[in-house]
Amino acid sequence: MRQEMEEALRGNNADYLDLRIEKRNTSHVVYRGKEMEDIGRAGSQGGSVRALVKGGWGFVSFDDLSRLRDKVKLAIAQARMAGNEKSQIATLPPAVHLFDGDGGAGYRAVPLARKKALVEEYNQLLWSVPRIQTSNIGYGDVYKRVVFANSEGSYIEQERTDFVLRLAAIARDGADVQQAHLSVGSLGNFNAVTGLHRQVKEMAERAVQLLSAPKVTGGEFPVVLDPVLGGVFTHEAFGHLSESDFVYENDAVREIMVLGKKFGQPHLNIVDGAAVPGLRGSYKYDDEGVPATKSYLIRDGILVGRLHSRETAAKMGESPTGNARALDYHFPPIVRMTNTFIEPGKVSFQDMVGEIKEGIYARNWYGGTTSMEMFTFSAGEAYMIRNGKIAEMVRPVVLTGNVFTTLGLIDAIGNDLDMNQGGGCGKGAQSPLPVSNGSPHIRISRCLVGGR
Amino acid sequence: MTGSESIGIILGQAQKVAAEAEVFQMRTEETPVRFETNRLKQVMSRQGVVTALRLVKDGRTGFATISGQDGAGEIVAMALETAPFGAPAKFTLPARMEYTGVEVLDPGVEKVSVEEMMGLGQGLIDRLKAHTPEIVCEGAVAKVVAEVRLVNSRGGAVSFRKSLFVLSMEGMVTRDTDMLFVGDSEASCRPIRDNETVARSIIDQLEHARRRASVSSGRLPVIFTPRCVAGALMMPLSMGFNGKIVMQGASPLGKKLGEKVFSDQFSLYEDATIPFAARSRPCDDEGVPSQRNVLIDRGVVGCFLYDLQTAALAGTRSTGNGSRATGGLPVTQPSSLVIGEGKTSFEDMVKDMREGLIVEELMGAEQGNVLGGDFSGNVLLGYKVEGGEIAGRVKDTMVSGNIYEALRDIVAVGQRSRWVGGMLKTPPLYLPRLSVVSKG
Repeated sequence: MRQEMEEALRGNNADYLDLRIEKRNTSHVVYRGKEMEDIGRAGSQGGSVRALVKGGWGFVSFDDLSRLRDKVKLAIAQARMAGNEKSQIATLPPAVHLFDGDGGAGYRAVPLARKKALVEEYNQLLWSVPRIQTSNIGYGDVYKRVVFANSEGSYIEQERTDFVLRLAAIARDGADVQQAHLSVGSLGNFNAVTGLHRQVKEMAERAVQLLSAPKVTGGEFPVVLDPVLGGVFTHEAFGHLSESDFVYENDAVREIMVLGKKFGQPHLNIVDGAAVPGLRGSYKYDDEGVPATKSYLIRDGILVGRLHSRETAAKMGESPTGNARALDYHFPPIVRMTNTFIEPGKVSFQDMVGEIKEGIYARNWYGGTTSMEMFTFSAGEAYMIRNGKIAEMVRPVVLTGNVFTTLGLIDAIGNDLDMNQGGGCGKGAQSPLPVSNGSPHIRISRCLVGGR
Repeated sequence: MTGSESIGIILGQAQKVAAEAEVFQMRTEETPVRFETNRLKQVMSRQGVVTALRLVKDGRTGFATISGQDGAGEIVAMALETAPFGAPAKFTLPARMEYTGVEVLDPGVEKVSVEEMMGLGQGLIDRLKAHTPEIVCEGAVAKVVAEVRLVNSRGGAVSFRKSLFVLSMEGMVTRDTDMLFVGDSEASCRPIRDNETVARSIIDQLEHARRRASVSSGRLPVIFTPRCVAGALMMPLSMGFNGKIVMQGASPLGKKLGEKVFSDQFSLYEDATIPFAARSRPCDDEGVPSQRNVLIDRGVVGCFLYDLQTAALAGTRSTGNGSRATGGLPVTQPSSLVIGEGKTSFEDMVKDMREGLIVEELMGAEQGNVLGGDFSGNVLLGYKVEGGEIAGRVKDTMVSGNIYEALRDIVAVGQRSRWVGGMLKTPPLYLPRLSVVSKG
């Protein structure tokens, strides 16, 4: 394929061209209630071309890998329609990298029967808990090989395997329906989704307990977040704001996001990086062929960096960070997070909670979203904190705030960093992209909590 | 090889090894143009073909999909591999049947040039900039032509072409760290020739948000605009009427068929037969003819939605809601949803409120206990009403409630409805007092 790809890119009249060819295999197992609902396999193969002419981009995606040169020509013609300025992308030495993984051996080593048996086991365990009304379990995996080549001479082969397992237990009392969730995932290690029996049982028990838990009265509270929710908070409340495609051509936003600006107290350090190995957001090169990095976004409470594609880096006069990612060959790469986390501090969980008279301890991920300035995220599990102690369980809560004030309200950072691998990130139509995020336990001195 | 030949071959091969088989194929050609920072940024072209094979072997369902042209031989082997583990097949594939024509193809869509699409988007941006010079717009104009083919071992066969045209635009206005987000979209099987609908909506949002207002915490009456109804209420309602969730006993509506659960002002239909609506189609993804389903008739629960397998398990008939949007086996999903119009004008709703809220967009509403109908979200765009008049935009405010309670005690339903993003046609809804928590 290499020769055909390089041939297709050669001698064209464009400022920049790249070509990605992807082959993927997936399988999934879905249980709803006691019965299996869906088991299946899928295979796909396709590619895309991206062309840059005078600052305008053309993009062509296709399933049919013949006549690559025609597709390159179409992308160039499209780019020409969109372009009307000088093209700018960060300069980069050409890179060559060949497949160095297991060629999918680890993926193929797990037969479909094993996957089905695992999900069935969890489902039976979940149903062993009294008063469970129903369950939903989805298991999915992907093995993909991606080959990238560009007009500057880069040629990069990469492969990856992803495993994801999501479970939900639903309990019911009359018209009252409550649910509890668990999500886990791994880059390449099937064992990460096995052996979760204790957690699965606890999840089912929690769904039942929620039926008798009271709702929180809405208002402003001190809130302690566990590492899972702290990670979602980091991703939603700050991570998306540091994606430069939102900043680079918007003067007003550039002013808000000027490097050197104080965002938090000196104990706050936030990092993103695909170069942090072994996590679901990890890779060697991004989908523009830029080597992965580990970037400090906030250091000692000060904004010191942001996430870039080659174009945003050039237009902002900063270095590329290797954060341009595409969900698959149907999409052009855009600026995305990888593994995003708050670095650990020194405060113990006991001390963090001990200082709160009335507050909320929010655990576990349910969802999160951002409008950049405002964010919301929801906890799968919540408890009142009363007089320095974890008190009664309450119904799951939705928390919201303004990122520019809330980061500064983090007044305690724990010593127990943990990464959540069960999430996926959506941006534009590209969802879910494998990412990880994490945090130690953190305390926000005041946070708006919805409720009746 | 043309599409009809290739699916015929796959069906033939599958029938040699399986008792029943069905091949579904969708071919799409999509041309989106994207705007960023008020100007054209990218012109795209996407071509794709997806083929899905469902077969029944020893009473169990096997399933596989492939993207791309190759692999007709491979797909049968892949589906066969999954069959021993598959769910018992309870469904009966539909035999050859007549499809009444639902209009979903306008040949005009294919003929719209990229230049015209560029002009439509840029014209909209220029109009918004003329109103609010500091606005930064991002959006897209896209045309899509899709071709669906379905054949099964009972002689069922259908093929149709469908066109789709979408205009969507979001604007952002930044003042210090204050960000205002406005936006709207329009979708149809017919070409969209002017920007009037979207422009008018976004300009109204900019006008209403011009001033700031603070709202008290407590229980306040709330108007959900059509966009907010789509964002906050449709997902929990769709789940409540999903036959699978009903069968699992997880829908609060499960045992309420024929009972009055909602306000008698509230009616809801699911309808895939509306001419040229973005989600219309002559039949669903399993070949079951499209129909209009009355979900709520003046507050009374009318029916639930089903695909073939779920209907068979529940001992009822498919309502034409088998969808392959997930990429796996067909699951139940609604096409277009339509909320019946009421008698109250939007202006009269506003006039009726001493202190209240109009919510245009509720961020995070879908994150709560959706199955139970709970919603809780940040008012990303919403306005305070004071003494019967719109006083200005509110911020740092959360609205929480339960859709089953809110739609039972609905105060009034608007008399004029509109399409939101091609998926829902609804008037504004005047809801009873909801919990509002605000930093002011």
